Amino acid sequence: MALTLKLNGETHTVDAEPGTPLLWVIRDELKLTGTKFGCGVASCGACTVHLNGEPVRSCQTYIEDVEDAEITTIEAVGADKIGSAVQQAWVELDVVQCGYCQSGQVMSAVGLLSENPKPSTEEIDDYMHGNACRCATYQRIRAGIQRASEILEA
Amino acid sequence: MTINTSRRGFLKGAAAAGAVLLVGARPDGALAVASSETTQFNPFVKIDADGTVTAIVKHFEKGQGPATGLPTLIAEEIGLRMDQIEYEFAPSNPQVYNNLLFGPFQGTGGSTAMANSWMQYRQAGAAAREMLIAAAAQNWGVDAAGITIEEGIVKAGNQSAPIADFVAAASQLDAPAEPRLKDPSEFRLIGNESVRRKDSAIKGNGQAMYAMDVHLANQMVTMIKRPESKGGIANGFDDSASKEIKGYISAAVLPNQAGVAVYAENTWAAIQARDALEVDWDMSGAETRHSDQIKAEIMAALDAEPAYNVNKAEVAAVAAAIDEADKVIEKTFYFPLLAHAPMEPLNCTIEQTAEGDIVLHDGAQMPTGPHMAYQQIFQLPPEKIHIKTMLAGGSFGRRATPDADYQVEAALAFVVTDRSRPVKLVWTREDDIRSGYYRPAFGHKVRVGLDADGNIVGWQHQVAGQSVIKGTPFESVLVHDGIDHSSIEGIADSPYAIPGMALGLTDTPKATTVLWWRSVGHTHTAYTMETMMDLVAEAAGRDPVEFRLAHLSDSSNADQIRKAAVLKLAAEKAGWGNAPAGRAQGIAVHKSFGSYAAEVVEVSGDPEDGIKIEKVTCAIDCGIAVNPDVVRAQMEGGVGYGIGHVMRDQITLTDGTVDQFNFPDYEPLRIGDIAAIDVHIVPSAEAPTGVGEPGTPPSAPALANAINALSGTHVAELPMAENGISFV
Repeated sequence: MALTLKLNGETHTVDAEPGTPLLWVIRDELKLTGTKFGCGVASCGACTVHLNGEPVRSCQTYIEDVEDAEITTIEAVGADKIGSAVQQAWVELDVVQCGYCQSGQVMSAVGLLSENPKPSTEEIDDYMHGNACRCATYQRIRAGIQRASEILEA
Repeated sequence: MTINTSRRGFLKGAAAAGAVLLVGARPDGALAVASSETTQFNPFVKIDADGTVTAIVKHFEKGQGPATGLPTLIAEEIGLRMDQIEYEFAPSNPQVYNNLLFGPFQGTGGSTAMANSWMQYRQAGAAAREMLIAAAAQNWGVDAAGITIEEGIVKAGNQSAPIADFVAAASQLDAPAEPRLKDPSEFRLIGNESVRRKDSAIKGNGQAMYAMDVHLANQMVTMIKRPESKGGIANGFDDSASKEIKGYISAAVLPNQAGVAVYAENTWAAIQARDALEVDWDMSGAETRHSDQIKAEIMAALDAEPAYNVNKAEVAAVAAAIDEADKVIEKTFYFPLLAHAPMEPLNCTIEQTAEGDIVLHDGAQMPTGPHMAYQQIFQLPPEKIHIKTMLAGGSFGRRATPDADYQVEAALAFVVTDRSRPVKLVWTREDDIRSGYYRPAFGHKVRVGLDADGNIVGWQHQVAGQSVIKGTPFESVLVHDGIDHSSIEGIADSPYAIPGMALGLTDTPKATTVLWWRSVGHTHTAYTMETMMDLVAEAAGRDPVEFRLAHLSDSSNADQIRKAAVLKLAAEKAGWGNAPAGRAQGIAVHKSFGSYAAEVVEVSGDPEDGIKIEKVTCAIDCGIAVNPDVVRAQMEGGVGYGIGHVMRDQITLTDGTVDQFNFPDYEPLRIGDIAAIDVHIVPSAEAPTGVGEPGTPPSAPALANAINALSGTHVAELPMAENGISFV
């Protein structure tokens, strides 16, 4: 069935059955590949996108539930000042290794800083718990969020 | 600055000729040069007529840094800034892009990417520099000795010009036989803290392209329905329910009957159609064993006469010395099967060109593996098969299978089609956890005797487990006298001076396919050696650091000197012996892949209510640290990988079927699990050695030793969470 999505500020009409995870529409239909498939069960966070500014796992978000929402993916989050600060911090600190989870890490980090501009270490660990990184770049993720917070404060 | 007056004309001529400067090597290793791009000549460095320099990186990038490190070597020798060099991944060519430590085989593994490329890529860069300088000398009529290249600018006295001006002329020169390499005192990029990763920005903004991101026109997505237990055979299928799924195309039994390929228009349709498919399985030859049986086989082997006396020890004499010792410390260890679980599930895409060539798009860790397999499957000569290496979302060994497992699976799924549409094979996380290759299960039994003065008089060490190498094409190279060195590495070649060492090994049957897993045998040998060292030191009434140093005291032995040095550095930086109240420290040190790593883990809490990992301090000697920050990152990651798995992960079997499914029951390390990691690099003038793996081996035993120091609980069977230790 035809569905209308508002994604990264544009309106897209896609052909997808109800029950289709948003992840596969973003990746396979819209060919925006920055949003990653890692587990399919909302256990790793690689597929994190924003729904009306809130991070959600797109592998467990169904297409029929997001028709009226503003969806933002990693490809567009840098246009926002928090997204831009997080991406700048990620480069400054060379947070990434393999990088496959990092789109999701950045999207969650932006979500955290949007609601808490100066998170403590404990608050970072709590908020980012669901974003797995098999390369274990965690301490740089923590430092990256703190650095982004500084950039935003300046 | 004076710009050479002939520059404009020079550039024009170069552009008209389309000349590029390519520096590579002949199959015999000698440097070679070409002036135009052809598929016949595969270089290490390419300089376009406009001066754009590109490093051709022969190792794949899974996060460990060669896409930064190899260009650094070339930029250093030519005289460029890091923003003046780009990189591309090399095509498959085992004659030119082979790993120099693997023979005629192109591949990444064993923490060798920098170690084997160090001289080769520097020589290519140095040759390019000398040729550009020779061309400038000719053009300017000055002595080459007075010409330098810095930040991409060729200079002699008051003359200067960008390297672009000399590309065409340089490309007509012969390669120097032995270009002069820069002295370390001249290094500006190698060892420079300010050199950043070249792949950071694209990995933080979604632009990085992994194999999973390949979308070829008209491609089909295929998933394989595999048997629940290894060895099941597909006889046929019923796809009537799959046909109800929109986007389902068809299904076909793979030619080897190892599974059924389901083809669909997109990934979600493939997932659903595969779920709906009913397969007629013949499970008569399938694996039926339980994890307990695998463990029982290993434990029985530990109690029996070992198949191999690895170090040709006088076993009876060693046993007698231990029997007569003042104190005997005895422990039996068990290490379960483990999955690699790289973040990007396995996948690759295969297509046939109009000319009948086969192209594989893959995060290719060992291109030579699928390249050889595809010659057989497609009955094509090697030059008709092309491998496009994409970024890889981790590996930890999983993408380097001796039988090119998933690439062969994709080829089999492709050959049964009419080949008009590209086929993209995708594994789900469940496929990865349940159908995978695993770190083998291993057991160790160690008996150590101490005399009245606390000196070791005998160390009898039995190892039993499933050989990674036997039964693979690497057996003839890597197995000697029946002994798979990867089963006992880290013990047989330990730098420790241990009197009365007797090392025995027995191979046990494989119930699953087993594979090297980040640091291979060191995953279990370091744990055993280093927790035993603590237990023995404790029995001798000696400090763990001092006791280890006493077995690394030969001042004529470079191995012992370097191992002792990292041990001392880690202890010093961690404030060894001065843990804050309520905390305890554990230490471990291990040599692997030519590098020496020591780690101190500091913990608080208790095993019942939860251990908290407060801090890990690491010291690493990897020779020259080409990129210190990448080295630190690899230590941080290696520590996390080692600790994450021993905390709570294992793969178990029930009636031959894997019990775990996905991350919820194969729980990855999470951000809160390790509060801080602090890495210190030993300054060195030695050639670079490995960094991808050496951080992993000491991490788990250092944690175990810290928990023992805190609570008196020594964990000898893993994972810890299943053996009395909880974590917060």
